[in-house]
Amino acid sequence: MDVSRIDLTDTTHIESDRETVEVALEELRGLVSPRAFTGDTLLLNMGPQHPSTHGVLRLMLELDGENVISCLPDIGYLHTGIEKNMEAKTYEKALVMTDRIDYLNNLGNNLAFSLAVEKLAGIEVPPRAQYIRVILAELQRIASHLVWLGTHILDLGATSLLLYTFREREYILDIFEEISGQRMMTSYIRPGGVWYDVTENFLPMIRRFLWYMPRKIDDYEAILTQNPILIERMQGIAVISPEKAIEWSLSGPMLRGSGINYDIRKAMPYSSYDHFEFDIPTYPGGDTYDRYRVRIDEMRQSLRIIEQAANNLPGGPWRTDNRKYVPPPRSELGHSMESLIHHCKLWTEGYRVPAGEVYVRTESPRGELGVYMVSDGGTKPWRVRYRTPTFWNLQSIGWMSEGHMVADLVAIIGTIDVVLGDCDR
Amino acid sequence: MSGYYRREHADLIDKTFPGAVKEIVEFRDQVRLEIDREHLLEIITFCRDTEGLEFNYLSELNGVDYWPDAPRFSVNYVLYSFLHNHLLQFKVRLDDDDAVLPSITSIFPGANWPEREVYDMFGIRFEGHPDPRRILMPYDWTGHPLRKDYPLGYEEVQFTFNIDRVEVNKPVPSPRPREE
Repeated sequence: MDVSRIDLTDTTHIESDRETVEVALEELRGLVSPRAFTGDTLLLNMGPQHPSTHGVLRLMLELDGENVISCLPDIGYLHTGIEKNMEAKTYEKALVMTDRIDYLNNLGNNLAFSLAVEKLAGIEVPPRAQYIRVILAELQRIASHLVWLGTHILDLGATSLLLYTFREREYILDIFEEISGQRMMTSYIRPGGVWYDVTENFLPMIRRFLWYMPRKIDDYEAILTQNPILIERMQGIAVISPEKAIEWSLSGPMLRGSGINYDIRKAMPYSSYDHFEFDIPTYPGGDTYDRYRVRIDEMRQSLRIIEQAANNLPGGPWRTDNRKYVPPPRSELGHSMESLIHHCKLWTEGYRVPAGEVYVRTESPRGELGVYMVSDGGTKPWRVRYRTPTFWNLQSIGWMSEGHMVADLVAIIGTIDVVLGDCDR
Repeated sequence: MSGYYRREHADLIDKTFPGAVKEIVEFRDQVRLEIDREHLLEIITFCRDTEGLEFNYLSELNGVDYWPDAPRFSVNYVLYSFLHNHLLQFKVRLDDDDAVLPSITSIFPGANWPEREVYDMFGIRFEGHPDPRRILMPYDWTGHPLRKDYPLGYEEVQFTFNIDRVEVNKPVPSPRPREE
């Protein structure tokens, strides 16, 4: 194209651009301050491919210099329709999808789904399975907090810690691989118990982990807790009062960081959590630093639970003997007609769950993970609803970030412990 | 999870709002009240503020589609009380042609995103919601995916012999073929 022939006086394309911008602005009326329309403040897009947004979170920022005037989160980039997909699958196949919801809390998602099915069907789970579930859920909590710690601190500028936390997390994933054959998407906890008994290496690996992990947490704390740069970056950032935390339905460490001593594992024990002695770490400040302290302490409490559960791991069956829901052992198939029929029914049409609706709550690393399950009496769930903690916690990012600087925003995203798979499902 | 639901709470609400409670369901130790839409805000406020109930935490809000049953939709609320460690469930049934509910964001601001999600997934509108946009689906999406008559994907390939059957399953009718 010959540059000299461009008509510089022709402004039609500029006019059309302006029109687009004004239409987009009109949609934001009422959501951003009136100053955005006069051009006093700057509208800036952050994400969805920003490295510090922990996935695909898009934030629409209104900035006055470095100060955040308003922050509009935009989610849904990782929406994969898992709830819709589950409705078209049998319960056993739907369980496999739960791993993919919160990809840092796979076993916790399995557990919530299994508890819902067991509640609907009235299945009793043997104590060995319950203890194995507790051990795995707590290992998963530590693994999730390690990823949170590494990435959160990475966002705040300490690069090397990520390598340490991922090293320890790999050890936990090795344990998962040992028992289930998978590092992450295990689908190990199933309605009626667990998939298979743990291997003989399981307990020695747990023991080694219990010996190894506390000193690693001490190492992290030695690097971070009294670090003046981190304290400067975290103290007084995104302060949440207890009243506000409750009315905005925050859960998990977001509540405990605001001084509310609440944990579903204590308040409404499930899967024999009432057998174990542990504390709920609570800090009163409500800022990012206190939530950091809560999560670090939670890792230590999880280790306490794992130790008690591993020392008292009962023998016996690892899944219910209710053959309507779990398959019979292979050895019975050769001589028992009944077992053969059960086997055939379970692997063709699946099992039928009594009609009804239940809501079960569990404590995931991020907060309250609930499952609302509706059954119509068929082999497929009518509706499975995952009440995911990130979705409910993330909506508060708007008012939490008001009045802070852009640089604090990465600390706020980190302190919510955002997992977008958990948020968008 | 036994012992966290109380039948007395349901009876108290039934007594205080005569005619508002259509049904009280007890299933697997959980108590659920089916209430009518007109009394939703009053009942939720009553549950939050009355001494002895103090359900001050919105634990869950979701929607279910019972198509082809009528009334088609339901919106479910689960309230929790920090003081007493109690739970209570509510259910509001809605018809397809009149799927409007009052928003409870004035009582629990945390209901903001869940209500947006119910709108996005089921097409139930919430009156008085501060920001009634779609949330998970793209803003220009047509249809509401979690409705039971919305296809899951893997649509049947359309041929001349099955064109009517495939057309029925589409959320939006395909454009009419041009007249030759």
